[in-house]
Amino acid sequence: MGLFLLAGLAQAEMRLNLQEPITELGHKVYDLHLLMTIVCGVIFVAVFGVMFWSVFVHRKSAGYKAATFHESTTVEILWTIVPVFILLGMAWPATKTILAMRDTSNPDITIKATGYQWKWGYDYLKGAGEGISFTSSLSTPQPQIRNEAEKTVDYLLEVDNELVVPVGKKVRILTTANDVIHAWWVPALAVKQDAVPGFIRDTWFRAEKTGTFRGQCAELCGKDHGYMPIVVKVVTEEEYAAWTEKKKAEQAAAADDPNKMYTVEELAPRGEKVFAANCAACHQANGQGLPPAFPALDGSKVVLGPQDGQIGVLLHGRQGTAMASFKHMSDTDLAAVITYTRNSWSNKTGEVIQPSDIKMARE
Amino acid sequence: MAAIPGGADHSHDHAHDHPSGFMRWVTTTNHKDIGSMYLWFSFAMFIVGGIMALVIRAELFQPGLQVVDPDRFNQMTTLHGLIMVFGAIMPAFVGFANWMIPLMIGASDMAFARMNNWSFWLLPPAAILLTSSLLVPGGAAASGWTLYPPLTVQMGIGMDMAIFAVHILGISSIMGSINIVTTILNMRAPGMTLMKMPLFCWTWLITAYLVIAVMPVLAGAVTMILTDRHFGTSFFNAAGGGDPVLYQHIFWFFGHPEVYIIAIPAFGVVSQVIPAFSRKPLFGYASMVYATSSIAILSFIVWAHHMYTVGMPVAGQLYFMFATMLIAIPTGVKVFNWVATMWRGSLSFETPMLFSIGFLFLFTLGGFSGLVLSMTAVDVQLHDSYYVVAHFHYVMVAGALFSAYAGAYYWLPKWTGHMYDEKLGKLHFWLSLIFFNMTFFVQHFLGLAGMPRRIPDYSLQFAEFNKISSIGAFGFGLSQLVFLVVVLKCLKGGEKASAKPWDGAEGLEWTVPSPAPHHTFEVPPVVK
Repeated sequence: MGLFLLAGLAQAEMRLNLQEPITELGHKVYDLHLLMTIVCGVIFVAVFGVMFWSVFVHRKSAGYKAATFHESTTVEILWTIVPVFILLGMAWPATKTILAMRDTSNPDITIKATGYQWKWGYDYLKGAGEGISFTSSLSTPQPQIRNEAEKTVDYLLEVDNELVVPVGKKVRILTTANDVIHAWWVPALAVKQDAVPGFIRDTWFRAEKTGTFRGQCAELCGKDHGYMPIVVKVVTEEEYAAWTEKKKAEQAAAADDPNKMYTVEELAPRGEKVFAANCAACHQANGQGLPPAFPALDGSKVVLGPQDGQIGVLLHGRQGTAMASFKHMSDTDLAAVITYTRNSWSNKTGEVIQPSDIKMARE
Repeated sequence: MAAIPGGADHSHDHAHDHPSGFMRWVTTTNHKDIGSMYLWFSFAMFIVGGIMALVIRAELFQPGLQVVDPDRFNQMTTLHGLIMVFGAIMPAFVGFANWMIPLMIGASDMAFARMNNWSFWLLPPAAILLTSSLLVPGGAAASGWTLYPPLTVQMGIGMDMAIFAVHILGISSIMGSINIVTTILNMRAPGMTLMKMPLFCWTWLITAYLVIAVMPVLAGAVTMILTDRHFGTSFFNAAGGGDPVLYQHIFWFFGHPEVYIIAIPAFGVVSQVIPAFSRKPLFGYASMVYATSSIAILSFIVWAHHMYTVGMPVAGQLYFMFATMLIAIPTGVKVFNWVATMWRGSLSFETPMLFSIGFLFLFTLGGFSGLVLSMTAVDVQLHDSYYVVAHFHYVMVAGALFSAYAGAYYWLPKWTGHMYDEKLGKLHFWLSLIFFNMTFFVQHFLGLAGMPRRIPDYSLQFAEFNKISSIGAFGFGLSQLVFLVVVLKCLKGGEKASAKPWDGAEGLEWTVPSPAPHHTFEVPPVVK
């Protein structure tokens, strides 16, 4: 029976401490937390040992008569001064760790992480892999979330495009956001940094071993805050080189000719994909939205109205609503998704929006 | 009130010069009536906020979405926080202040009796605004009780309702506090110097100053959100030259003292109850006063420890860490003093004492997790995780709420004239203690393992502890109904309470009969 229970616990993975760190800094934080917890635990046991002694011995029901003392300057000074020294002892390692934590100088690779409602965008700005750029969204299928399918092991902690970094290199992460505040958190890397729209913040890590490490957005960012995980894949240097080659080749192949004129048939399927990845969370795959917070696009006046209006909404967002700006997306993607919405569900305008229209609207 | 005709003979019924029925409560300026209304109001809000907590815990019972959609979930966390802080805990302690401060200092009523009425009657409209915002298009505010922009700028009209509710609640607590300060400073009985006041009065004096200092700051912050939303200002919008982080600085300049606005009156209650049931005077009265004042002052200079991950300069992180750690010293003094009060006393364990010991034990635990969180490097891991949720529920629930229960059981005989049912009271305590820890202790582990707060759904590794926590939450919620039964039974009847039902209790409130007559201390007592 006992064995059975133990097996059950082990299987359930009821972790009682911080995740195993894989960075030098992470080890420091792990040890600091452990030290603090032990010191606090010892003081706690000592203080409440005294209290419970009193509770069990100094009882009225046991006939104990109350003493009358109500102050002692010596004792009071003592228990004010002693904690000062305990705190100083704690502050010393804490200060050293913070100073190390904030030293983002001399990185090998610099990557910008941009928070969007509700996914992450990564741009490799400097170092090996420079120029690579992609977005990373939750890949857990909806049926799992809706309890219509068995949940798999990485439920809610899996993405379509992982952030790939080489082992042993100092990686500096710049965080920013497109709409609201997000926070980039990977526990095993001991990294958490808010991503503030309009500002750039930074943090760093140097992974000591390869593997896949998972985290989540830590700052409430709206409806799907719980659905924008972060997955970091740490690989060897050779694997990293191969990955950057492959990624760059893919990017070159996928690059669009900005002046090409498309047909509805060419753009709509691409628009459907863009819609599923960026718009469906609010406006729903069937275009019905979740009114009143998230309006329907099917039959919408904006979608069926003049193109400039809809392009404007996508480029600039809607102040005072959850509609963010999507100006970070490529002209072709925007053209595709607008074309798709104008020719889907009961919307049958037959209009094609060209990338050049978007380009013009941007200027 | 002293001008009521009929002069000296005020010991019997006063129905003849008051409206009766509902209008009695609408028009009353009596501190005891108003105190009771505050207490009932806060209990009602506690139930409303508690139901929201149970919706949250029901959704988190297992992975996947079952009960509410994510947007509704965020509305629940937001309103739960706002209602519990502004609707339940703060009014509860203002209720205690109204009832007990005049009785403790030998005053006939609060200084501004009509303003007292007004400060109570502002609360129900605010509560209606908050709760009814769930029904408007777009639903209630869903940005967390901290209302961080730019997320708050995206919300619908529910957000505006929340902002107005916060304004109204703020005005109410400012008026309540002005009343308390004036009453304490001007209406003490002859001979009662400040350093002879019961510690509960001291803690409220200090708290009231905190309220007056920081509620306007909150009002300013939410007003800036309002103008950003509707009038094109850009206080918190980088594109217009503002800064979203500015809001966080302003909010937490209010928010950290707010923590002590909730905790300090709780310290006061416990400082009354522990000596009474230890049959021994409070240890280190003077150092208690100094420690409480130091905590209040320190609370103004530590706000950014709620914001270690926003990317402030390292010097800022270090300063706020050191300042925050300092708070452990006066807090430690208080805990040591309470333990020393119990030491070599003659202890008995009626329900108020049980809740006070529960407070002492669990609040200290919350204090220690606070010390862990004060370490910037550790906090970077734990910030916005369930560890933080566990931490502040230890100080808010096991701290403030347990102490409010201690106070309620302690003074119920004085309020109702009857002894409460001790067996049920003890049952209430033990159920609350067990289920509280079941709900919140495991959340430390969830946070350490990496579960973010404010998420409606989580990955599978967190499933077991969430299940335990949810079962605990439902147990805790249901246990609170025991308290309602105790109070109703006590109102209806029960053993008659003497003027001083607790043999170890000290103070002027025990010199008037139980239940306390409608008017007390029309002739001030003389304190030696």
